[in-house]
Amino acid sequence: MSGWRVVADPDLCQGHQMCRLDAPEVFGFDKAADTVVVRRDAPDDELLTSVRTAVANCPAMALSLLETERET
Amino acid sequence: MSADLLAVPEVSGRAPDDLGHLQELRTDPIGLLRRVREECGDVGRFRLAARDVVLVSGAEANEVFFRAPDEVLDQAEAYPFMTPIFGRGVVFDATPERRREMLKNQALRGEHMKAHAATIEREINRMVAGWGDEGTIDLLEFFAELTIYTTSACLIGQRFRDDLDSRFAAHYHDLERGTDALAYVDPYADIESFHRRDRARLALVAMVQEIITRRAAQPAVTRDRRDLLDVLVSLTDEDGTPHFSADEITGMFISMMFAGHHTSSGTAAWTMIELLRHPEVLSEVVGELDALYADGSAVSFQALREIPRLEASLKETLRLHPPLILLLRVAQQEITFGGHTVPVGTMVGASPKVSNRIPEDFPEPERFDPGRYLDPRQEDLVHRWTWIPFGAGRHRCVGNAFAMMQLKAIFSVLLRDFEFTMVQPPDTYRDDCSKMVIQLEQPCLVSYRRRAGR
Repeated sequence: MSGWRVVADPDLCQGHQMCRLDAPEVFGFDKAADTVVVRRDAPDDELLTSVRTAVANCPAMALSLLETERET
Repeated sequence: MSADLLAVPEVSGRAPDDLGHLQELRTDPIGLLRRVREECGDVGRFRLAARDVVLVSGAEANEVFFRAPDEVLDQAEAYPFMTPIFGRGVVFDATPERRREMLKNQALRGEHMKAHAATIEREINRMVAGWGDEGTIDLLEFFAELTIYTTSACLIGQRFRDDLDSRFAAHYHDLERGTDALAYVDPYADIESFHRRDRARLALVAMVQEIITRRAAQPAVTRDRRDLLDVLVSLTDEDGTPHFSADEITGMFISMMFAGHHTSSGTAAWTMIELLRHPEVLSEVVGELDALYADGSAVSFQALREIPRLEASLKETLRLHPPLILLLRVAQQEITFGGHTVPVGTMVGASPKVSNRIPEDFPEPERFDPGRYLDPRQEDLVHRWTWIPFGAGRHRCVGNAFAMMQLKAIFSVLLRDFEFTMVQPPDTYRDDCSKMVIQLEQPCLVSYRRRAGR
């Protein structure tokens, strides 16, 4: 069965924090490093819509949602 | 691998004089950039007077280019045509660290977008307030003036914007026209566009000085009405003299506004042209906006939310007409692209105009097809290293969310209240590419008619 993995690239993040408005359950922020932190890299299905919005709207294109195989 | 510039294939057409491909860059830059990829592939080379420029394209080489830190690829020396515009001492671009620091407190972050959306809606309404039921506008003049007001109001302050009139936009336009690539040989060469540029900058400094003088004679405004100009003028050295001159302040304002001005203005104009060239897309967008605003909701509210069909049209316009066609850096360390190692000191470029039309990534690349961005294609996300109207990586335009919001607000107001038609044959709307800052060629007229009931 397939699942989803959220990946953030800290080299690309510019600290806009738009993702925290779209999906606060999934994205946090490291103030010291001034970059995004993925709090749940395998979010529940009901969060996927808001994660997709965050990925599409990231001004730095620093986020991805990757399909993975997961064991169940 | 040792650096060997001559191993990088050189594009045809080098002139027999010392200028290399400079004249072609000044007359047909898009033709030159495309030919580099056609003839040389992902890594090619042209001559800009005495310098070599290595031009990369395609996802793999672009990713190397855009991921390189400033210690490897630096942009400070890459745009000599900007120095006379900003003034000496105003940096073209800060380091990513400094940019990050600036972004922490400043105007482009998510939390300020709501206020900016309201400001932009107000400024568009002011621009169309004088329109009758029908008339004709020049797209370049209209959007260039509008975006002077929006960028100054959002970045400097409403008070400063209210001190401006159309003269500021006219002078600013002359600055943008003063970006002839001849600046790579001599930024102060004896040519008309450079003289106009220098006169325009002096005129802008005089306007800012006039505002400073007028304000000094008036009672101070309350803290909440103060703008960036008030703050900068209030800074003094220990002996009480002003820390910044009008010339320095004007230089700062010019540089703050530059990245967001001709880019947003040109994209707005090209979006209008592409929508008018594709009536079926236009009617879908108008239908989407009519449904969205049927309940009387505010433009400033909706512009911050998704408007999928309009956004797709904006993205497709940006792909076909990226405001910047050539992004440049200078190698500070050796760097390798597709097996070619480039020596220190070489100029390296990536081209949104070329990469955005790579057929392997964007099928039928010449076709205006907003469907590319809708699920499940999402070609902008899937091809994030070749869909590069905003650049990519560390220096990706920090204003892109602001820009998209602004464009959504502009078209919400214009298409809700007016219908537009072309008054010239569709193929006579085209860019003037003779300067590094590309602008629409005039005339570029469209007519408007107020919609029934608006």
